[in-house]
Amino acid sequence: MTHASRVTRQEPKDEPIVCRCEEVTLPEVVQAIREGYDTVEELKRHLRVGMGPCQGRTCLPLLARVLARETGRSLAEVMEEISTRPPLIPIPFEVWRGK
Amino acid sequence: MRRTADVVIIGAGVTGAALAYELARRGIRNVVVLERRFPCSGATGRCGGGIRQQFTTTHNIRLAMESVEHYGTLAEELGVDIEFIQGGYLILAETEEEREAQRKAVALQNDLGLPSRLLTPEEAAEILPLLDITTIKSATYCPTDGHANPFRVVEGYLRRARELGVVLEKFTEVVDLEPRGERIVEVRTSRGPISPGLVVNAAGAWSGEISRMAGVELPNKPVRHEIAITEPVEFFMEVMVISIHNGIYFSQTMEGQIIGGIGLPDERPGYNLSSSLRFLRTYSRELLRYVPALGQLSVLRQWAGLYDVTPDAQPILGPTPGLENFIQANGYSGHGFMIAPAVARHLADYIEKGVKSEILEKLSLERFKEEIRGEAFVVG
Repeated sequence: MTHASRVTRQEPKDEPIVCRCEEVTLPEVVQAIREGYDTVEELKRHLRVGMGPCQGRTCLPLLARVLARETGRSLAEVMEEISTRPPLIPIPFEVWRGK
Repeated sequence: MRRTADVVIIGAGVTGAALAYELARRGIRNVVVLERRFPCSGATGRCGGGIRQQFTTTHNIRLAMESVEHYGTLAEELGVDIEFIQGGYLILAETEEEREAQRKAVALQNDLGLPSRLLTPEEAAEILPLLDITTIKSATYCPTDGHANPFRVVEGYLRRARELGVVLEKFTEVVDLEPRGERIVEVRTSRGPISPGLVVNAAGAWSGEISRMAGVELPNKPVRHEIAITEPVEFFMEVMVISIHNGIYFSQTMEGQIIGGIGLPDERPGYNLSSSLRFLRTYSRELLRYVPALGQLSVLRQWAGLYDVTPDAQPILGPTPGLENFIQANGYSGHGFMIAPAVARHLADYIEKGVKSEILEKLSLERFKEEIRGEAFVVG
């Protein structure tokens, strides 16, 4: 089956990328925080940041740092809000089904 | 924080958000929405996003039909792309009994003006060519059913509501309600008290706990339902599929991801929100039985949400007997997202004019004094 996400159909962007899977840029993150999406979990739902195939392993630490900087909260506090959902890597349906 | 409000709405899921907007639109703008975490952090943000009208009770069908009409114009009204796709719902049946239930359901739906129809397995395969019909006895299909993005819907409602003056207080938990005589006179929150005109209980699975603070027992029970989403694939299904045989549901989002779940029949009531391997195995097995071609598609993420289930699987709407300024807006039993636009209008009309619609009369808390026929198709 061909994998063709929304991201691969888009024009490349010039701004720094925070989330590679969902192609979310730094200015988009900063703007969302200023609009009031000021926790990691709200940003995930609003921008889809961290919700692609890597499940946030690359981008969530970056996101947390941007969020800490923008809100003046400590990095540790922001990191604590991050929730994870299984499975931690993509695994096909037929593997879950078993034989 | 405001210390008085004409209306205090407890819960910023789709019901609270839609009601806040509908009130503000009618000029009732001193409205405070209290949310324990953040908008969409409960069932709305965890649901599959399905919008179905093929129900088996008159009220559920009517509310869903009204809502589909509203969903059709909501993007324009709110100025937000809510990713509404009217690709229809295909409901599968595998036994003679289930086929008979489908025949009756379609007859009732058609009487109410819904264009649903009973299909042969071959006709079902025409709608979804990847469907394996080996075990399928019959199906029903309604082309005007569909799905939308719950986050965009709630964001849209709240943004417009706030532009009109509604205040959203997130990370603000209701810790107590103080009834005096026939009214709730104070809402106590983790950030201080508010004197309310009206209090709306739109707390989803926590509605029972909220209600108990005012000394009112609801028959609702929280029941976990698990769900999973895959990597994106090329768009191949406009239709949303559910089965009354096993309770599975699945659809494809605008992003191309397959989102779906299945109810586990032995799930016990409670606030368990953990993810189980048993769910993922059951869901994968049943999904691949219907669409074997998805075997190599990878699951990206699974999570759980809580259905707020009533004894007849229909919502509890309107004022509480004995506490007239305490409005119930809960008990959706897994169908809150799909009927929220209509529910919000019925409740906002009542709050504005004091006149109950027929649906509010029928779906009040008082009905549990009598025996009533419930919704039979409790799936996504």
